Amino acid sequence: MSAHHAKPAPVGGSLFNSVTLTAGILIAIMAAILLVRFIYGLGSVTALNDGYPWGIWIVVDVMIGSAFACGGFSVAMLVYIFNKGEYHPLVRPALLASLFGYTLAGVGVIFDLGRWWNVWNMYWPWSVNFNSVMFEVAICITLYIVVMWIEFSPVVMEKFGLYELKKKIGKYMFFVIALGTLLPMMHQSSLGTMWVVLGTQVHQLWQTPAVPLLFLLTAIVMGYAVVLFESCVASSAYRRSIEMHLLTPMAKVMLGVLAAYLAVRLGDLVVRGALGSAFNLSLESLMFWIEIACFVAPFFVIGTENQRRNPARLFVAGILLMLAGSLLRLNGFLIGYDTGGGYHYFPSLPELLVTVGMFAAEVLGYIVITRRFPVLPRETQHA
Amino acid sequence: MATRRDFLKGALAATGAIVGAGGTAPVQARETHTVPADALGLLYDATLCVGCKACVAACKTANNNPPEFNTVDKLWDTPLDTSGYTFNLIKMYRNGTMEAKDAETNGYAFMKTSCMHCADPSCVSACPVSAMTKNPVNGIVEYNPDKCIGCRYCVLACPFGIPKYQFDDPTGRIGKCELCRHRQKDGHYSACAEVCPTGATLFGKTSDLLAEAKRRVALKPGTTTVYPRGKLGGPDQNYEGLVGNYQQHVYGEKEYGGTQVLKLSGVPFEKVGMPNLPPYSSAATSETIQHTLYGGLLMPVAVLGALSWIAKRNVKPEDGEGEQS
Repeated sequence: MSAHHAKPAPVGGSLFNSVTLTAGILIAIMAAILLVRFIYGLGSVTALNDGYPWGIWIVVDVMIGSAFACGGFSVAMLVYIFNKGEYHPLVRPALLASLFGYTLAGVGVIFDLGRWWNVWNMYWPWSVNFNSVMFEVAICITLYIVVMWIEFSPVVMEKFGLYELKKKIGKYMFFVIALGTLLPMMHQSSLGTMWVVLGTQVHQLWQTPAVPLLFLLTAIVMGYAVVLFESCVASSAYRRSIEMHLLTPMAKVMLGVLAAYLAVRLGDLVVRGALGSAFNLSLESLMFWIEIACFVAPFFVIGTENQRRNPARLFVAGILLMLAGSLLRLNGFLIGYDTGGGYHYFPSLPELLVTVGMFAAEVLGYIVITRRFPVLPRETQHA
Repeated sequence: MATRRDFLKGALAATGAIVGAGGTAPVQARETHTVPADALGLLYDATLCVGCKACVAACKTANNNPPEFNTVDKLWDTPLDTSGYTFNLIKMYRNGTMEAKDAETNGYAFMKTSCMHCADPSCVSACPVSAMTKNPVNGIVEYNPDKCIGCRYCVLACPFGIPKYQFDDPTGRIGKCELCRHRQKDGHYSACAEVCPTGATLFGKTSDLLAEAKRRVALKPGTTTVYPRGKLGGPDQNYEGLVGNYQQHVYGEKEYGGTQVLKLSGVPFEKVGMPNLPPYSSAATSETIQHTLYGGLLMPVAVLGALSWIAKRNVKPEDGEGEQS
């Protein structure tokens, strides 16, 4: 690791401004809706029904939310596994966002569980079902949340001057980091495997035994995309310079993974003979092409080295890929899902407000921690 | 089948190569489970059904379920589909002038909707907490609300759209047919079959019901034959009736790897709401993927070892995460 990185330091500044206030109001609205949900049941606030028993609380808050939270995993893999020490300053902010993303995804699951007081069965050896994909996902995500808090603990220890403890934990950090790389690989791929058991109810444009690989690759891509997005937003909001010397080469790595993904995606469709159905006139085929377009467009936005030096282009590419990965998940679980019987689902307003509240909680947490804890690189030293 | 499995292997090997960082995994596809020898089930013969819905009412009573109203006056139980409170329903097919029963054009027909008790149920494979289980002896797919976390993955997974959730209740349960297993100890069997006046719904061992179904489809339409009622092999409640114009297809014999509830119809099954399913269960595909990747935790441990070794070289011990030297 090079010695000339800026040390992380708290950004400082007031915690009360229009952004934090808005986030606070949105979180309060969410809390009110959730109160109704827990007193009167899921049907009282959601548009869920027996044809669409999973809505945006699962698909957006948990599936997409946790994929957005793959920045920590993607960057840590780059730094510690592929030994690209130069990306080190990106680790802490990415890890923080991941920590929030995953912790909230874990909490979000509870909102959606109809019989949440039985959730301990998920960890009870006499209850668990080793054949269930959801069991594997739940165990991995739970472990990963713990692992991430340990990975992040040096930040808290620095803040409170616990240098001895930090040193002790540091000795084992390599193992924690290895675990923190393995676990997201496992559950991000399994989140895709979750729709395999749905069989023919999922449209053939998405139903494939290759889905774990598709989810894993897109989770990595989305991880980098989120880092691009966050770096741009954080530097703009905190009026800091953008770490272009890191983001430009990282964007190239991202495009490499993206190219691999597109090759697997297309190859899978051709081998299964499913590509033909993309040319039927249907909502599914339309959504498929929008999804593919979002995955392909970044090559035109940041395809050249010159384009990757433009922060605005990196920002757009980041958003496109976050959208693309989201669409893959949304399409497979909701739009391309049909159990028959003429059921329809569109999220209700309270349902949407809870999802908005979850993202607001993430933004608020990120602001509070970066302003008070040493996460972002100290601004004065390095531009 | 062969191409599907080959492709599955290929896809798994590719995933394994990435997740396992080049590690080789023994890829062995799990076969779809078969129906247990002493499986219990139902045979529904749509050509015998008169649409009286006595079975719907009996099911409600037997399972202590409330009526569901969908008319303005709210006088009768009028569920539009099976639900968390309706485990059995007779649906109607209508076409054109609706003159003839069991005719595809200008006809009408009935179809029973309830749990098929699959040989290899998706709901059981999906359930993370073993709240949905398959009885190893009689094959009944059983639900235990004391374990259920209400995630509704079973609702999502079932290809027949059977497990349903009580969305209106803060402590809502999953609702589905369990073949009246709670009434077995009193010498009863499935209430729907007990009350069926024509034997359209018949209770029995799945193997016996399959033989009975095959006997019927082999008969000449318009001739007469003896139809049992209630429980196959139970007390004699037989009667002589006209043989219907059967589709040469016992639904549930092969669908999804076989189901313990079997169906006969005069109208093609897809027209009366029974999905066209492959002869294998998606549970087998899903579990093949899971156990290939995670069986015995071999691959995860190997990958963890490799990652730890690499990370140990790249992380300076005195640093800890996020620290610079």
